[in-house]
Amino acid sequence: MQAIPPFETFYTEHRGIVLGVLRKRVGAERAEDAFQETFLRALAAYGRLRDADNLRGWVLTIAERVAIDVHRRARSTDELPDVPHEDGRPAYEDLGELTDGLPPTERAAVVLRYGYDLTYDQIAAALGSNPIAARQATSSGVRRLRKRGEL
Amino acid sequence: MTVTPDLDARFRDAAAHAGLLDAAYDIVDSPVGPLLVAASERGLLRVSFDPDPDHELERLGRLAGPRVLRAPRAVDNVRRELDEYFEQRRDTFDLTLDLRELTPFSMRVLGELALVPYGHTATYGELASRAGKPGAARAVGTIMNRNPVPIVLPCHRIVGSTGALVGYGGGLERKVQLLRLEGAVM
Repeated sequence: MQAIPPFETFYTEHRGIVLGVLRKRVGAERAEDAFQETFLRALAAYGRLRDADNLRGWVLTIAERVAIDVHRRARSTDELPDVPHEDGRPAYEDLGELTDGLPPTERAAVVLRYGYDLTYDQIAAALGSNPIAARQATSSGVRRLRKRGEL
Repeated sequence: MTVTPDLDARFRDAAAHAGLLDAAYDIVDSPVGPLLVAASERGLLRVSFDPDPDHELERLGRLAGPRVLRAPRAVDNVRRELDEYFEQRRDTFDLTLDLRELTPFSMRVLGELALVPYGHTATYGELASRAGKPGAARAVGTIMNRNPVPIVLPCHRIVGSTGALVGYGGGLERKVQLLRLEGAVM
């Protein structure tokens, strides 16, 4: 068991490898923020460390968790995915017109499902409901469109 | 992978700003040579004439906790007051001190030391009497030698009973320099 070195020593020894790993995991553009977050998390936990046997493994584990969080955040804030379309218009534009007149929840569910190709979990999150309700809203929207003769 | 100075500085600022450090330190240039200064959230912990962090960091870690980081902004107030002192624009320090490791007698002696005015000197024996232990001049000498915050607590103003400068933790040359700056010796 080794004594815990002053954080300065730990930081200067590992900052290079942590930045390198993060650039590979989240790209150069996001690596600097992830770097800060990694060492701030390490600093917050540093006072509770009991031994210094594998500080490198420890900080790389933190960096990995930060990278996962960065990807997770990116997914929830990125623009909705592009969906293939045939006539130069994205599918969600067509669906927007097509679904005009549906009850709002059903309309949103249909557009998100077939226009943006989201899963029911994602639709539930977007609508603040649950996956089962999202699936029901989607299929009753589709039924209504069929009845109207739109599909 | 090289961390750019800008990214490095931003992390150090953020760490200090988040209040996560047990001790922040920096190297401050001065006419008596580079000084290592360290502070906790409670106040100034250390002024050292040995600017090599390797010697001081382990000690700071044992004293304050392992989260010791060079963070220049966290000691800006110390740097400013020292600069003003050396430019003769300041004769007392307004810094809060963090002297957590000291014995009650050391605290009393340093408390008396703080009252020795700019540009004046007192003897080890006088300081011992003022701290309530006449005859403890030798113990006072040891306490001066181990003063964690020299310059700020002015152990350079304490001299031998004959007025000889005797010794100084930072070396006699620095003691002379500081007393000259204050106009206490020619």
